[in-house]
Amino acid sequence: MLELKNISFDVDADGQNKEIVRGVDLVIPDEKLVVVTGPNGGGKSTLARLIMGIEKPTSGRIYLNGEDITDASITERAKKGIGFAFQTPVRFKGLQVLDLIRIAAGKRLSPASACEYLAAVGLCAKDYIDREVNSSLSGGELKRIEIATVLARGSVLSVFDEPEAGIDLWSFQNLIHVFERMREEISGSSILIISHQERILNIADEVIVLKDGRIAEQGDREKILPDLIGTASAVRDCRVLEMPERSGQTC
Amino acid sequence: MLKPKKMDEIQKRLLMEIAGLHEVPEGAYNIRSNGKAIGRSSTANIDIESKDDGTGLDIRIKPGTKKESVHIPVVLTQSGLSEVVYNDFYVGEDADVVIVAGCGIDNCGTANSQHDGIHRFFVGKGARVKYVEKHYGSGDGTGKRILNPVTEVYMEENSSMEMEMVQIKGVDDTDRMTKAELAAGAALVVRERLMTHGEQRAISAYVVDLNGDGSSADVVSRSVARDDSYQKFDAKLVGSAACSGHTECDSIIMDNGRILAVPGLEANSVDAALVHEAAIGKIAGDQIIKLMTLGLSEAEAEEQIINGFLK
Repeated sequence: MLELKNISFDVDADGQNKEIVRGVDLVIPDEKLVVVTGPNGGGKSTLARLIMGIEKPTSGRIYLNGEDITDASITERAKKGIGFAFQTPVRFKGLQVLDLIRIAAGKRLSPASACEYLAAVGLCAKDYIDREVNSSLSGGELKRIEIATVLARGSVLSVFDEPEAGIDLWSFQNLIHVFERMREEISGSSILIISHQERILNIADEVIVLKDGRIAEQGDREKILPDLIGTASAVRDCRVLEMPERSGQTC
Repeated sequence: MLKPKKMDEIQKRLLMEIAGLHEVPEGAYNIRSNGKAIGRSSTANIDIESKDDGTGLDIRIKPGTKKESVHIPVVLTQSGLSEVVYNDFYVGEDADVVIVAGCGIDNCGTANSQHDGIHRFFVGKGARVKYVEKHYGSGDGTGKRILNPVTEVYMEENSSMEMEMVQIKGVDDTDRMTKAELAAGAALVVRERLMTHGEQRAISAYVVDLNGDGSSADVVSRSVARDDSYQKFDAKLVGSAACSGHTECDSIIMDNGRILAVPGLEANSVDAALVHEAAIGKIAGDQIIKLMTLGLSEAEAEEQIINGFLK
């Protein structure tokens, strides 16, 4: 269980103090899939980065299973079981997909075992395992590899920052299946997704609406979602940002 | 005093670093240690002989020789030794061979140790050569470890050569010059990987003359400059026919390292297509953060990024 107590985060913008997150109290219960939605600029991604330790809160405390991790580094949080998928996956010259999955797993996985994580995100493993994680991969491919690294960590809490951003429609549909499967196998862990896609909100146990850095609404999906449909917090169609890529399932 | 002809542990370790050899290799070889050949073997197709004036080796590979290898590693463990060696490789038509060279210096003394290897390759029509050259230095003496290799490649019609040049550790000073002349249809691929640290200095210059129609060159250097080290990459392609050339310098700079990349393209034919790319920058912060979210410390993340980059 992850608990945020009165978390605030300010930045200095052009000499002016700007509050990005304001006094957020939040609990991600065990074995729940929680989706944080809300308008752009509402502080969603910042909240995710505060949980991973990429940003440090101006005030407030963060607890993982009762342990105060507010001052823990990114590395320490990763070792305590928090996983994080970036909105824009990072590219590496020279590092191969297999290297990245091995680092994520924390052990020298056999290529066959590493391939299972790629298959789980709908990539034909043998086509990708030796590829460099560089700009030769499309946005959708990088995104799925990013998610495979989070799967390989076997995290207690997996955080996904806008997994739908920058991918094509085909990849998005595949992504929904990945999250549905993660939801089915959630035993012993929990999932936090930052998203305003209706199809992702549809598989949530709980929905949180973050607006102007504050929690505007919070509760079970059945209670929250109906009022969000048709607003910017529950978008129906995926943005098609690139040409559909070829199917990864025809190996 | 010269070491005995049997290899000691330091010599064996150097040999492992530069040529991946535990013991004497298969195929043709010449192992040079502290200025003297301590082992040599020719095969039916590959002949290794000392030059008459004793300045180096002539390596002759018969036309049509397939899937054979030549190893000519050099190790220096004697502080203060300075040598210049001329090795000439004559690769017969349609041969297909792997040539592994390289030099390892272990200097525990106070005097500089230096090996300047001048390698010339005469690659016959249709021949294919893969050439691997690794440089490595070790030893905690104050004497410098200096390597100044000169490589000249003369490629006949439709021959191809792939050169892998690696210098990752321990060489204090390097001034490398590589020249190539390509006839019609010849293809040259160079992959250079370089890391400098401490006060090291490395200069790598290329001049590739694309003289024949259909010739091509692809020269790519990936390098990392750490601490107070300095690197200069100077690659010049000269296109004098309907040819294609690409050169790329991709560098990571760390600490107080300095890198100078000098692009050079010269087109003497309207049908020459030449491209140069150069990029120098520090490790991207988001790369380190990503690997930290996978459980690595900052230092471990840097190491993984550099290892991948230089792979």
